[in-house]
This record gives sequence, structure tokens and C-alpha cells, in this order.
Amino acid sequence: MADTPKIEISRRGFLKGAGITAATGVIESANAFARDAKGALHGAQTIGPDALPIKLHINGRELAVSVEPRYTLAETLRDNLGLTGTKVVCDRGSCSACTVWIDNVPALACMTLAVDAVGREITTIEGLSHGDTMHSVQAAFVKHDAMQCGFCTPGMVMSCAALLERNPTPKLDDVKHAVSGNLCRCGTYPKVFAATLDAAQQRAQASGLVNLDTGREA
Amino acid sequence: MTPETFLLEEQQAGGTQEKPQEPKRTENFVFGIPQNGLQQKQREVPLDEPPPLPANSELTYIGKPTQRYDGPAKAMGKGKYTADIQLPGMLYARMVDATIPHGRIVSIDTSEAEKLPGVRAVHVIEHVYGVAELRDPKLETPSRYPTIRYAGQPIAGVAAMTQQIADDAAKLVKVQYDTKPFVVDRAEAREDDAPVVFPGPADAAGSAGGGGGPTDVPQKGNVHGPKRRLNGDMDKGFADADVVVQSEYFTQVQTHSALETHGFVVDWKPDEITVYASTQGTASVRDEFADVFKLPKSKVRVITEYMGGGFGAKFGAGNEGVVAANLSRKADAPVKLMLDRRQEHIVSNRPDSHQKLKIGAKSDGTLTAIQLTSYGTAGVGTGAGTAGPATNLYKCPNLLTEEYDVFINAGPGAAFRAPGHPQGCFAFEQAIDELAVKLKMDPLALREKIDESPARKAERQLILERTNWRNRKPDGSDTGPIKRGMGIAQSVWYRFIDMDSSCEVRVSRDGSVELMSAVQDIGGGTKTILAQVVAEEFGIPPAMVVIRIGDTRFPIGPNSGGSVTAGSITPAVRNAAYQVKQKLFAAVAPSFGTTADNLIVQNGRVVFRNDTSKTYSLKQVAAKLPTNEISARATRVPEYSKERLTYGGVDYVELAVDTETGRVHVEKVFGAHDCGRPINPTGVISQINGGMLQGISYALFEQRIMDRNAGYMLNANLENYKILGAREVPEIEVVLVENYIAQSSTDAAGIGESAGIITLAAAIGNAFYNATGVRMRRIPMTPAGVLTALGKVQEEVQA
Repeated sequence: MADTPKIEISRRGFLKGAGITAATGVIESANAFARDAKGALHGAQTIGPDALPIKLHINGRELAVSVEPRYTLAETLRDNLGLTGTKVVCDRGSCSACTVWIDNVPALACMTLAVDAVGREITTIEGLSHGDTMHSVQAAFVKHDAMQCGFCTPGMVMSCAALLERNPTPKLDDVKHAVSGNLCRCGTYPKVFAATLDAAQQRAQASGLVNLDTGREA
Repeated sequence: MTPETFLLEEQQAGGTQEKPQEPKRTENFVFGIPQNGLQQKQREVPLDEPPPLPANSELTYIGKPTQRYDGPAKAMGKGKYTADIQLPGMLYARMVDATIPHGRIVSIDTSEAEKLPGVRAVHVIEHVYGVAELRDPKLETPSRYPTIRYAGQPIAGVAAMTQQIADDAAKLVKVQYDTKPFVVDRAEAREDDAPVVFPGPADAAGSAGGGGGPTDVPQKGNVHGPKRRLNGDMDKGFADADVVVQSEYFTQVQTHSALETHGFVVDWKPDEITVYASTQGTASVRDEFADVFKLPKSKVRVITEYMGGGFGAKFGAGNEGVVAANLSRKADAPVKLMLDRRQEHIVSNRPDSHQKLKIGAKSDGTLTAIQLTSYGTAGVGTGAGTAGPATNLYKCPNLLTEEYDVFINAGPGAAFRAPGHPQGCFAFEQAIDELAVKLKMDPLALREKIDESPARKAERQLILERTNWRNRKPDGSDTGPIKRGMGIAQSVWYRFIDMDSSCEVRVSRDGSVELMSAVQDIGGGTKTILAQVVAEEFGIPPAMVVIRIGDTRFPIGPNSGGSVTAGSITPAVRNAAYQVKQKLFAAVAPSFGTTADNLIVQNGRVVFRNDTSKTYSLKQVAAKLPTNEISARATRVPEYSKERLTYGGVDYVELAVDTETGRVHVEKVFGAHDCGRPINPTGVISQINGGMLQGISYALFEQRIMDRNAGYMLNANLENYKILGAREVPEIEVVLVENYIAQSSTDAAGIGESAGIITLAAAIGNAFYNATGVRMRRIPMTPAGVLTALGKVQEEVQA
């Protein structure tokens, strides 16, 4: 029966194909990428499979990295840039452990190609805190023990912090909705809800100190 | 690990370490449950044991809600898990696994994979670990390759410069098979003409975390067993009964689905192998690496600083650890091998069950006989027994249990949070409710009659006081399409102690305090409770104690399985902290013009016993140390008494059943649980929340689905293997019942097993019956299953 390798359309293969098309769109708007991959402008097929240098804007810094077009943003962050706070769990967009912000909107780093992130502002869990000073949502997670093994925690924090950016006064149901894609196997949800509602309240009380553009305490 | 074998091991461990002539002293310990009135218990303890601790209400740090030690690191994404480890020159690996469910490997061609640029090593597996093995290996024709008995069985590993290249290379390994007939359904596997998974009797050992089945039982075809236990006289038991309940229950296979997959980073060097492991037992990993590679343990170092979930399935080297080590040795470079998500679903599971129960009782509820027959499949493993609750919850003079394992061509079962108990409880605690219905008794009142546990008595009282139980309506009395009900179920788990629990506590002249042990924190909060225990002894805040654990270079620690960690390691930690404090006082007393026995810790200060106006900080005291540091090492002292002890809990569920859509909504859960002396109530409650949610997930959503025609797991991913998410979280309330047992210098106990995972499916089943008047005999209670049970759709063919 299965004694010969099966021909299958893998998710990665699919992404690779889709990514080339999408990357073409990025090239027009992203000078950094276009400069590094000029040849690519003349036809999608010429991108890769070899690695090519790109620059990514991550946590307020521009980082140069060499990636194959098929690399996901999650792989690039973790394996190429050492930003291992972003976790990979399902690797196909069904658990939200890899949640980062792209242009301040939560996005799945395992479903985003690194080349598609060129020219966009990427915020990872490492960029949410300042040195040892935690973001208010991170501090609330610690205060409420909204974690056990901690593997889902960075993704949860990114989803909850983003919620407070778009809705500073969430209700319980809003929090449930915000993390409805974030899978936690240890069952920390009740404390994630409590932490996020508490963080919202703390921020509302100290609202003068919150910069609404970045969501970071001034 | 079954209760019987464990208690045996525990006694042996305690017995060999105990010196009969050792001088002892007598101490009075706080004993019992505050709700029932605390008492005193006299115990003989070794002379150098620390003085008994008072109840938590009189302590400063132990028993107080405490912030997770590594909370900030986890919240900021700074914790380095095995999956996050990066070493200079590190290679990435991928496991190659079987694409057929049953057969022999004819040939493996790795040449294409080896030729791929960037590939550095390929290793073909010679032996598969973690599965049952034939008692007589000669029953199979010898081959250089292991027989394939399940789709997804590891075959080889490939290491390359990047993960992407390793993934590509893994697809280029060509395996030719000679296929055999297979069976992936438990009921089919029991039939006489079913394909046999093993050509003769086969047994599987458990891991350091338990699991595994009996080895001294018969096997016919795929049916391994029974493990039979008989107490009393069954004929007499049923003859004495006024009422008999007979019922049948089915549970499904659940996969552990830890978010961090099984995996290792191995750096093989001639003088030492360094192993970063996603494990629940650094000691178990070291033992197996030493065993497999014939190395002295002194040359194997295992590190687990952060661990992304295990739930019972992560002990020892595993096939992935052995492959990673071989690849590292061949490539002369560190190798990271993490399973992918599909493989993680296949590497381990909680076995399914088909249970038949017969319970006899007097008209007042007194149990006269319990009979349980269970069949379950742990795939190519064993350990599907479910008799724990039926055997250990209630006293009954006549008991017969027969447990069978059924082999099928699917991935091996493994210990999973309270092995056997969620399945057993789902059947047994519903059967007890069926008995209550027959006896026209309130289910809680029936348990009050038959349950001898003082802790569960206090817990049932809390249910009466804090929930809506007294307003419970008659079964199936709601008239609309949405029907509401409430139900309870009770759990039992056992006090297991791992005597290999050691640590070192060190005080430096600057007053800083460190604790070192190889014990790992798998998410339960071990680092935090260790800091609290040391803090209590020195009178300094827990955050000021530095905790260094998860490295076998430190004194050996317990493997975290069966809720052993807190109960095993905290007494060693307290003893080491106490001893180093005594050494410190002896060393500095002359500098303060007094004697060591005149120095005590009080309200966070070191004070003179005879003149409490003389007070010093720990820093001031340590500054007088004649040497730069002082330390003490301690190992777990045997239990003060050899009583068999259990823990438990009572969980209450309110739910709504939509009888038109078949959806079950759990609306509220209240749980009262005991685990000895709780050290950090915050962490204990987190674990109970998690156990309850895993229990709801097990009851309503999770299910491994096998393709009967192809022999694969169809839903080996996280979108089709449904796990409870935020939307399905009910309102949860947890109350901890302190239960002082006077067994060790801390009296702590673990909560991982008895945390709600055992009871929730049964409590949901009982609440479902209260809502609808219909008994749910199968989980998961999917809409299709519910509508079938309600007679609204035609019955499907189910295993």
C-alpha cells in the first residue's frame, strides 16, 4: 500500500506557492525587500528556493536576516533571530501560541511568511516589556497566576494586550472572545480572564499614563 | 503505577533506608481537618528532624498565596524551554515514522536524504522504546528493523543545518514495507478472527510516571489479561443485596496534547552528554540514557529549566531522545529533535474503556458487592485498567475486578493524569448515582452513608453549604427544550513518595540563600513552593530565595508523576534549610556573645530566645560567617508512619442540555479538594482549575479517531482533535480543605491527579441525568452522541 512516498500538497508547500504570490505584492511597497531581491521583480519563480537577505522591523529595531521564501515568520523569529518567546505549537494556525502583532494587529506568526512581514511593524512578546518592566497585561498575568507550564502564555498575553488596545473596557465575554483561538492545555483560562479584566481596570485608573498609540505605559 | 505496586515500592524504599536502631524522639503534630476540628498526633521522628510545623494559619509564608517564582519570566517569554534551546553549531532533526499500521520493513534507503545539501546525519532505529514487547521474541522472524505495529511508529531520524532541510530530508527516506492485516478498533480486536498485533503474549512496562499493565497475566489473541482481584465472596455479596445495579460504560482515547511536544536537545561529547529534555523527570531521563548507551550516570547531564506540559507522558529517553543522541554522536554536533504536532498526538494517550459494573447494596445504601470488568486499549502498550475508583473510593466487603488490555495497531498508551481513574470514575460514580436512583436516595446522602473519608465528608459539607445542591430538582423534570441539572462525583488518589528526593541549601556570607535540586517544575509551581519552604525557615520573603532546579548536576530529585513532587521533595528542602540554619547559628553565635540554641527566627528576624529585644537581619547574621558559604544537603526521610493514605475531592457541576441541538453547556463547577498541607494555595487552585477543564474537555470534546480502512489517526492535529477553549470555560470555584497528616516535616502533597480530571466526566454524566432523566454511557458527549442518547437520531455504529 504505502510503500512509495506519497505525493501530497503539504501545508508548507502550499504556503510556499501562496507566499510567492503574496510576496510580489509586498515588494512594491517595501523598498528594503525590493533592494535585496531585485531579480524577484521580474517574475515570482525567481524568488528562492535559496535564502535571500531581508530586513524586518521587530520591536522597534531593524534586523537583517537571511531567509528562504518558505520560512514562516515564527521560524525566522525563533531559529534565525533567537526570539524564542514566540512559541510554535500546532504550526498550522489552530492554537494561537505564535501570536505576534503585525502593524499592531494580532497575527499568527506560523501562518505568515517572513518575506510577507517585510516593511511591517512586528511586535513580539519580547517587545511588550521594557527591560525588566512588564507590560500591564504581563504584570496582571503574574499577579493572577494566569499560567502554569507557560507555553501558551506569550500568545495569550499578546492576544489580551491587543484586546485592551482596541477595547480598553472589555467585559468577560470580550476577553473570552479575544482568546477564543488561544489554546491552553493546563487550563489557565479563568485566571487569564481575571488578569485581563484587572489589567484593563488598572489601566483605566491610570489612563493618564497610557499612551493610546502604543499601548505602553509612558 | 497501580496503588498496590506503588505502596509496595514505597514500603521497600522506606524499609531499606530505615535503620531500626536509629534513635528517635517523640513530637506532637497538628493533625486532621480544620473544619472537623484540629487534633494532635504523636509521632516518633528521627532526632535531627526539624520541629513540627504548626497549622498554616500560624505560618508566615507556607500556606499563603504566593506569586509564581518564574511568573515574570513566563509572562515575558524569557523562559527557555527545550524547544527554545539554541547551541553553537546546533543541528535540527526530524523523525521519520511509519506510514503503514502493521507490517515488516523490507528495506530503508537513506541515500537520497543523505545527499540533500545541509543534511549532516541519518540514523535508523534498531529498537522501539515505550511499547509492549513479546515475552518470546523468537515468535517473530529476526530482522534488522523493528516490526511496524502502528502508523506513526518511529523508524529513523535526520539531522540537518535547518529544520526545513531536515523536514525535506525526512521525506526523502524511502521505506519499503511488507504489509500485514491490521486492526484499530478495540471491539474488533477482541474477536477470534481479528488480525493479531503481537504473535504471542507481550507486556509493556510503565514509565517513571506510572502506566503500564500487569506482566503475569494470560493473553489470547489481542486480549491481555485479566488482572483479577477478588476480596470476599461475590455470591454472598449479591445475595445480601436488596438492590442491584448493572450497567455498561464506554470512554474514548484521549491524547495528552502537551503544547510543547516531546523533544530533546542532545550534545554528545566524549566526556559528557548534555541532554536538554522536555521531561517530567530529569532523573528518569538520565537513567534511561545511561541504560541505553551503556554510560555511567556520571557522564549524563540532564537539564529541564522550563517544561511545556507533560501530563504523564514525558519520562525517560523515549525514541526521540535516543535518536537525537545517535544523530548528535554521528554528526559530532548538538542536535535538537522535537516531535511535530501530528507525531505528538501519536506518541502517547489515555487508553479507552468498555466497562461493565454490577453493584449490590442494602436498602439503606450499604454496599454489599462491587463487580467490575473492563476492556481498554492502550494501542501497542498496556495499562488500560480502570479499577482504582471501584476499589478504593468506598469500603465494600465483596469486590471483584477484572481488567483486560486489548492490543490494537495504534500508538502506545502512557500514564496520563491519574491513570485509569477518569475512565473508572466516569463509570463507577455514575453507577453509584444509578444506585441512588434505585434506592430513592439523594446521591450526596448515599455517599455520606458509604464513604469513610473524613476529608471528603468535609468536602461534601462544603458542597451543601456553597452550592445549589439543596435545590436540586427531580431528575428530568425540566419541561422546555433546554434542560438544566446538577451532579456530583468524588475522586480518590494515593499518597506516593519518591525517596530519591534530595537538595542542597546554601547560605553565603552576604546573606543570600540558594536551593539546588535536580527536581523539575513542569508547570505545577514547584519552584515557588520550594522557595516558600526555605523562606519560612529563614524568615525572608520567598522571592529572596534563589531556586536552581532541573539539572542533574544538583542533588537528585523526584520524577514528577502521580502527584509525588510536593510530598517528596518539600520535606528534604525544609530539612536542608533547617540544618543549614542550625550550622549558621552555631558558626556565628560566638560573634554575638551567645550560644546557637539561643538564636531563633521570629517575624523575619534572628532574635535571642532569652532577650527578644536583640534582633538582627539574616544579612547581619550571615556577615559573621567565618567561611564564605555554608551549606547542608538533605534527602527525603521515610514517612513518619506507614499508614496507607489517600487524597480526594468532591466536584459539583451545573449544566444545561440543549435537547434540540444536542449541545451540553457546563455552566458552573464547584470543587472541594484536599492535598495534605497546601504550600501555595494559588498554585494548587491553578492546578485544580486545569484539572477540571481537562475533565470537561475529556467529557465533551476530545476523541482520537482512527481510520478503520487505512489504520491512521485521522485527527492528529489541533483543529480536528477538539480541546476545550476559552468559550467553553464555565464559572469555577475551588475550596481547599487542609488535611494535616503528620507524615513528614512539611506534610505537603501533590494535587496534579486529584484535581478534577478524575471526577468531571462522571459529575457531568450525573448532572446530565438530573437534567434529562437519561443516562450518558459514552464520552465524549458530542451533539451526535447526546441526540442518540435522547433517542432523537438513530444509533450510530460505535465501538
